[in-house]
Amino acid sequence: MWELIRTNKRNSILLMALMAVVLLVLGAVLGMAVVGPEGGLFGLGIAAAVWLILTLVSLSSGDKILLAASGAKQVTHDVHPQLFNVVEEMKIAAGLPAMPKVYIINDPAPNAFATGRSPQSASIAVTAGLLGRLNRDELQGVVAHEMSHILHRDILYVTLAGIMLGSVALLSQVFLRSMFYGSMGSRRRYSSDSRGGNQAQVVLVVIAVAAAILAPIMAQLLYFALSRRREYLADAGGARLTRYPEGLASALEKIASDPAPQLTTAHSVTAPMFFANPFKRRRQQGLSDLTSTHPPISERIRILRGMSGGASYKDYAQAYAAVTHGRNVVPAAALTEDPIQIRQGQAGPLGPESTPMQVHQIGDIMRRVNGFRFLTCDCGLKLKIPPDFPAGDVQCPRCRRSLAVRPR
Amino acid sequence: MVGLVTLLVVLGILGLVAIVGIGIYNGLVGSRNQVDNAWAQIDVQLKRRHDLIPNLVETAKGYMKHERETFESITKARSAAMGAQSVSEVAKSEGQLADALSKFMLVVENYPELKANQNFLALQEELTGTENKIAFSRQNYNDQVLFYNNKIQMFPSNVVAGMFVFTKRDFFEVETALEREAPKVNFA
Repeated sequence: MWELIRTNKRNSILLMALMAVVLLVLGAVLGMAVVGPEGGLFGLGIAAAVWLILTLVSLSSGDKILLAASGAKQVTHDVHPQLFNVVEEMKIAAGLPAMPKVYIINDPAPNAFATGRSPQSASIAVTAGLLGRLNRDELQGVVAHEMSHILHRDILYVTLAGIMLGSVALLSQVFLRSMFYGSMGSRRRYSSDSRGGNQAQVVLVVIAVAAAILAPIMAQLLYFALSRRREYLADAGGARLTRYPEGLASALEKIASDPAPQLTTAHSVTAPMFFANPFKRRRQQGLSDLTSTHPPISERIRILRGMSGGASYKDYAQAYAAVTHGRNVVPAAALTEDPIQIRQGQAGPLGPESTPMQVHQIGDIMRRVNGFRFLTCDCGLKLKIPPDFPAGDVQCPRCRRSLAVRPR
Repeated sequence: MVGLVTLLVVLGILGLVAIVGIGIYNGLVGSRNQVDNAWAQIDVQLKRRHDLIPNLVETAKGYMKHERETFESITKARSAAMGAQSVSEVAKSEGQLADALSKFMLVVENYPELKANQNFLALQEELTGTENKIAFSRQNYNDQVLFYNNKIQMFPSNVVAGMFVFTKRDFFEVETALEREAPKVNFA
């Protein structure tokens, strides 16, 4: 486990260093283009300052910003006991020092993410659509996948790398827009300069424009490389924690075939944090592997289903090699552990028809999150009492019985 | 003069041995506390299962009039499990309790009205969660016991362990075939 975390750390630091180089070079080139050849250091300083400020903000309150932006609401055990139990089970299996906070997102698209700086202060958020569609084993698989992200310290690295990507994108955008809108005025000023300086300046501006266009793409490719590998590792960790790869595979299958529209609150920078790529409709077809934050779902499923011998990292690595014919994703140090047996499923036969939960039930999950109460009348009708309803009696609209609403 | 040097050397060696010994001793105490802590975590979940059972039986009784034996075997297994003291006793009686519960859950399949009862479903979810937590914390406990027992038996820590009477701990091995697989609670 610790070797795995350490290897992860080294790879992440390497990738982030490359992104930092991209960011600083971009800053220097833009500085030279705007101010002149002596402005390189100035631009570099600006780039570093932007990055530093964004990093500090994200480290101090990045998880809260992300959760708020996704419309996630923190819930207690009463709101969704099953989700809460499953998170606690995985917390015990992972040996996490503290119980993560549990959030539900009001969205019919099935997805989930984890966030937080450290295992001590982590949060796990799932959408109402996920809760409505998955059975207990599948939910356990998804939560275990997110728990592995927490355990591998992925959240911290993905956040930091996302900030770096954001800084690069921000600088490029500001420069390109100022070039576009300011091109008229600045041309005049350049021509009144001395001839030689003008020539050099034009070359610099051309280089800067090229850099401003290319740098975000490069940073994005690095970012994607980092996040794809982590998804495989989190799948391996999830299978290991639950000792039941089929649960995770079946959850991925349901998510891939889900008819709900894509997640409304996702953004390209937050995409790698999700369990499955939130932009599946638009992106998954045709585009190459390089531009995706997540490995293809069908491949993830085939690897998990290929784990026949056991649920350890070694079994995952073997299945991975068999399916992709690629080199190993799991660091060698994690392959020496003891074999882990696969256990039996609990939720009965798995399949799309095993959880016949309807859209209105997903709505009920959200009502419960928002403080609604439910009263079941003797005639079988379920009354949904809004949170601001005053205590007193309410009449059942079907059978006219009077039901007591207790004050809270 | 030679005597003084010899004395100093002997004192130095003794000091070194003492420092190493203290380090080993502290390590042993640390891993014994880990074992105790892991056991406490299992204990919390076992107690929770004991607390859930009366509610479950009460809710089910109204629907299952002709299953006296099933209820009796659960109640008996529960009181046996609550009285168990040593780790092996607890493992044995909890295994029997898990067996009784899984038989009960199989019988529940014949009562669709009970399976539709919201209260019962909630209790069933709690029971499944508790069974899983027991299974996962058992894993953790056995890992800690293995680590601790290895320390007690291996040189040089076995010397310190022998001096201060650190005793081996039992693994929490479940006794029934059913429990060895997975808690068989069906809620499809």
